[in-house]
Amino acid sequence: MINSLTELEQFRQGILSKKDPDGIRVSVCAGAGCLASGAGKIIAALNEEIEKQGMQDRVLVKGTGCPGFCERGPIVVIDPDEICYLQVKPKDVAAIVSKTLKEKKLIDRLLYAGPGKDEKTVREADIPFYKNQERNIIGNNIKIDPKCIDDYLALDGYSALAKVLFQMAPEQVVDEVKKSNLRGRGGGGFPTGIKWDAARNAPGDTKYVIVNADEGDPGAFMDRAVLEGNPHSILEGLIIGAYAIGAHEGYVYVRQEYPLALENVGIAIRQAEEYGLLGSNILGSGFDFKVKVHRGAGAFVCGEETALLLSLEGKPGEPRARPPFPATRGLWGKPTNINNVETWANIPLIVNNGADWFNQFGTGKSKGTKIFSLVGKIKNTGLVEVPMGVTLRDIVYKIGDGIPGGKKFKAVQTGGPAGGCIPEEHLDIAVDYDELAKVGAIMGSGGMIVMDEDTCMVDVARYFINFLAQESCGKCSPCREGLKQMQRILTNITEGNGKEGDIELLEELAMSTGSASLCALGRTAPNPVLSTIRYFRHEYEAHIREKRCPSYSCEKLVSYYIDPQACTACLLCLKNCATDAISGSRGQIHVIDQAKCTRCRSCYDVCPPHYGAVLRFSGESVPEPIPVERRTLVEKSKAI
Amino acid sequence: MDSSVIERIIDKHHGEAGSLIQILLDIQNELRWLPGAALEMVAEKLQVPMSRIQHTVTFYKAFSLVPKGRHEINLCMGTACHVRGATRILEMIETVTGLQPGETDADMKFSLDTVNCLGCCAIGPVMEIDEQHLGKLVPDRTAALLKKYD
Repeated sequence: MINSLTELEQFRQGILSKKDPDGIRVSVCAGAGCLASGAGKIIAALNEEIEKQGMQDRVLVKGTGCPGFCERGPIVVIDPDEICYLQVKPKDVAAIVSKTLKEKKLIDRLLYAGPGKDEKTVREADIPFYKNQERNIIGNNIKIDPKCIDDYLALDGYSALAKVLFQMAPEQVVDEVKKSNLRGRGGGGFPTGIKWDAARNAPGDTKYVIVNADEGDPGAFMDRAVLEGNPHSILEGLIIGAYAIGAHEGYVYVRQEYPLALENVGIAIRQAEEYGLLGSNILGSGFDFKVKVHRGAGAFVCGEETALLLSLEGKPGEPRARPPFPATRGLWGKPTNINNVETWANIPLIVNNGADWFNQFGTGKSKGTKIFSLVGKIKNTGLVEVPMGVTLRDIVYKIGDGIPGGKKFKAVQTGGPAGGCIPEEHLDIAVDYDELAKVGAIMGSGGMIVMDEDTCMVDVARYFINFLAQESCGKCSPCREGLKQMQRILTNITEGNGKEGDIELLEELAMSTGSASLCALGRTAPNPVLSTIRYFRHEYEAHIREKRCPSYSCEKLVSYYIDPQACTACLLCLKNCATDAISGSRGQIHVIDQAKCTRCRSCYDVCPPHYGAVLRFSGESVPEPIPVERRTLVEKSKAI
Repeated sequence: MDSSVIERIIDKHHGEAGSLIQILLDIQNELRWLPGAALEMVAEKLQVPMSRIQHTVTFYKAFSLVPKGRHEINLCMGTACHVRGATRILEMIETVTGLQPGETDADMKFSLDTVNCLGCCAIGPVMEIDEQHLGKLVPDRTAALLKKYD
């Protein structure tokens, strides 16, 4: 138990003095993404190999939080030299220990390779993916074993809490947050300080503070990375918020689909309690605060705050009308303040560095940094933290390294299922709350899905509306019925059954669903439809009028055909066809049976590009198959 | 069904009606589904009407009212996986297993479900079978992978 400010600082010094200044530290990303690509095996192999080579006294191996470069995981960083090895496999471990740890030699093939073959980057910070970021929040992830509170304390952890408890009045804390101009990172973008003020001033003795970690947007995992990788930063923010607002109880609402986040947050709470950073009389200040974890049971709408509150009370999460806002009537009817994970994680930074420091990042009305989850058709999939105001082009090309496979960029979709698609002509907009809204998209919680020429924008709209229709709680009819009808029309269009007037009907439905729905789910639901119609109307028209999918993506509108002139009867497509729809043999030109073909595209994908024998057709009929008697392959040279 | 399991879980949450979702999640994790008898026990112990329990278990996706197969397939249908062709993977799984999402086959081999996002977009399209992630899927390889399970 740490009972005072002095004891906390003494304790911190104790942790720091125990660190071996000459020791080697090997950090392996143990976030869910890297674990899925085998990080657990790397950690085990490293420990085994280090012991085998007798280096266990000098080397410390740590499973850490996610640094964000998921594309090249599993990631291993070796300190103090900051050597960054990418895509490490268990078979590389022996060499890492004997060469790099023992002999201080680099292993070239594991380093980041630049565009030129010989350009290798050694240090993590010099890799272009990281170099163009401002990693205030996720930068510490790779330095911290999230299951070890001492790692967080070693990086000045809980110093902001100590500062608040002993040097600031609650009003001063609220003022500082107001001055920082921090806005909610969960999607709403509401000023955090004003929200805190409302909850603080609401009458009542019992108040609650809540971490909204019900991150449900598909393709977005920013919050998970912070929860898994640096849970104490969120807890510290939450305790500071509780002190400022006057709450003595809090909840972390985590979706149960994030088992590792649940585990790490649970451990962090227990350790903070043991250290006297949570519970009664925190750090001897007289302030009491306890936190419980609540697992979400899988409902996207529970990210909406009134739904989240009902879910916390053990009920189905069906949103209610606001006002009253949770700040006056929240959990169990008491004043409640709910902020998103990333919002809470910003608080200790603002307290320690001051509102002015925070204001130096960002644009006029959007301050600070924002973490984006950059995914889809992008070379560098991962988490990206940049100051507000960076252009989309910089994110996609400088950090993301552009589109893979030489394909052409088509759009970026931001803001989750209720966000919008931004086409190439707007790639130079500054990414902040207001600029994104101007082009018909939203910031949302930070999902950023890159789409290339193979992505059909009508299908994307159908995908999101389908998602929202499934997740609509059904309480209010505009959302329930509006989404259902939009889903039906969009499905018809992508299946070749669209008709004239569908686009106008979609627009009308989108407008009424958006203006009449009860909560944000329905109110923002039109975005994917309206933004794709706004920028990609020609794609809708091609589907409706010509029954043609310009991206060859909508299965029902695409057929595959093997060009008898180009087929070399190599058997490759035939072997890869899971439904045996291709006939032929060596020396016999291959033919697709259109009745059996499921349009899975395997044949098109496996046919070597220099043959290019598998052709796609959309909006026109497939040529008749070549007659059986002409299928015997004639050697090209003989034929001439 | 072992009723002591249910009792232990309810006791862990002090029998509070406000913990209904947490209790149901624990039972789901323990038994891998929610048998009717278990729900009746919860209703009685917590003094919560069965109608509210039904409302809750059908509202949240984590709950299953039917038993699960030996191998649970969770195919990611997140946006990143979608633009990388997850629909074609789903169709292949449906063809190979004969299942639609939400179904379990008669000999209890596979249960198929789709999930909104597994959050490992770098290796998408991705599915999870028995808590193991299988990434960078293409239709024909997916069919081959599924044949390995028995």
